[in-house]
Amino acid sequence: MADISQDSNTHKKGGKRRSKKLPTRIDFTPMVDLGFLLITFFMLATSLIKPQTMEITMPSDKKLNEEDKTVAKASQAVTLILGKNDKVFYYFGKTEGAQLIETNYSPEGLRKLLLEKNYDVARQVEDLKMEKAKTRMEEDVFQKRLGEIKANKNAPIVRIMATDDSNYKNLVDALDEMNICSISRYAIVDIDLPDLQLIKDKNI
Amino acid sequence: MPKVKIKRKSTWIDMTAMCDVAFLLLTFFMLTSNFTKKEPILVATPSSISEIKIPETNIMTVLVDPSGKVYFGIDGQEKRRQLIEKMAASYKVSLTTEEMKRYSLLDLVGNPMYSMKAYLNLSPDVRDLPQNNLGIPADSTDNQFREWVRSAREVNPDMRIAIKADQKTPYPVIRKVMKSLQELDENRYNLITRLEKAPGK
Repeated sequence: MADISQDSNTHKKGGKRRSKKLPTRIDFTPMVDLGFLLITFFMLATSLIKPQTMEITMPSDKKLNEEDKTVAKASQAVTLILGKNDKVFYYFGKTEGAQLIETNYSPEGLRKLLLEKNYDVARQVEDLKMEKAKTRMEEDVFQKRLGEIKANKNAPIVRIMATDDSNYKNLVDALDEMNICSISRYAIVDIDLPDLQLIKDKNI
Repeated sequence: MPKVKIKRKSTWIDMTAMCDVAFLLLTFFMLTSNFTKKEPILVATPSSISEIKIPETNIMTVLVDPSGKVYFGIDGQEKRRQLIEKMAASYKVSLTTEEMKRYSLLDLVGNPMYSMKAYLNLSPDVRDLPQNNLGIPADSTDNQFREWVRSAREVNPDMRIAIKADQKTPYPVIRKVMKSLQELDENRYNLITRLEKAPGK
């Protein structure tokens, strides 16, 4: 051990008394106290859990008018309207004559709907993840194949419209469902007049 | 013949080993720690399945509280000083070197430029009170938030934007923030969330 014992015990039998040496044994207890005090401080002051983030890319407002708007086929379009009290409404296709259907953010609500709509892509992504787990696929190969799957032309295109009564959690929940259901094409868009009318008609 | 005595056991415990352990742990915590940033208000972020970690440097944080007040801050004291210099110049607010230094020590500040001077002269223990944090205006008439982001971008072009908002923040406030960013052509940013377990795992 670190403390050197120079006690005179061993020499007692010799009978000859030497001049008394001061013991070099140091009491470490206060030092341990100090050590643990500092540990406690550092443990409380640090943030061990780094916050997670969700990366989103918003469309630039400049080139929106020419190309991007015409691509969406009516059959692929899904519009989500985030309403108040954690309600969410959706319809397929065009706004004219659309029927709003109410659902919620639970796995049985929005997720089930989106997974059904995005069945092909979601299944392929699932398969790919299984394959990755089994064969120890390289990360970049995985990302490349994931990109290929997600580039599916028939995948749904989701428009997320948040009303003024919805809150931030609703928006993040909706975006999260996009990630879960492997929907690659979605956009947060401002609610426009025809859609506003739809909500008014529904009286929500 | 010496008497046979029962040898008394010493109550002395060797603390050296314990001391070693304590300081080992201390060293570990000191080296790995990054201190929790002091935030003027506590927000409960929503949860998501995203597992991307936020970088620690080169980041500007936009904090939005449930009542819709916007706070803004960047990392690095020197960068902060440059930022407040720029902002003071563009809003013609005269701040002393001392006040700028005080700003550079604050992580997040949510005050309009006209009350910045008064805010910086408050004593630290009343600075976090709600009535002293008015929030940065982000309306189309007086978009100071946009100016903050633009100036921060000039100070450090590599900055990433992180939005940290409370779950209950009404959407119009978020839209105001997003619109301001869109006007600056800042189309990629991060939303800070809590981790939630992905389904099916």
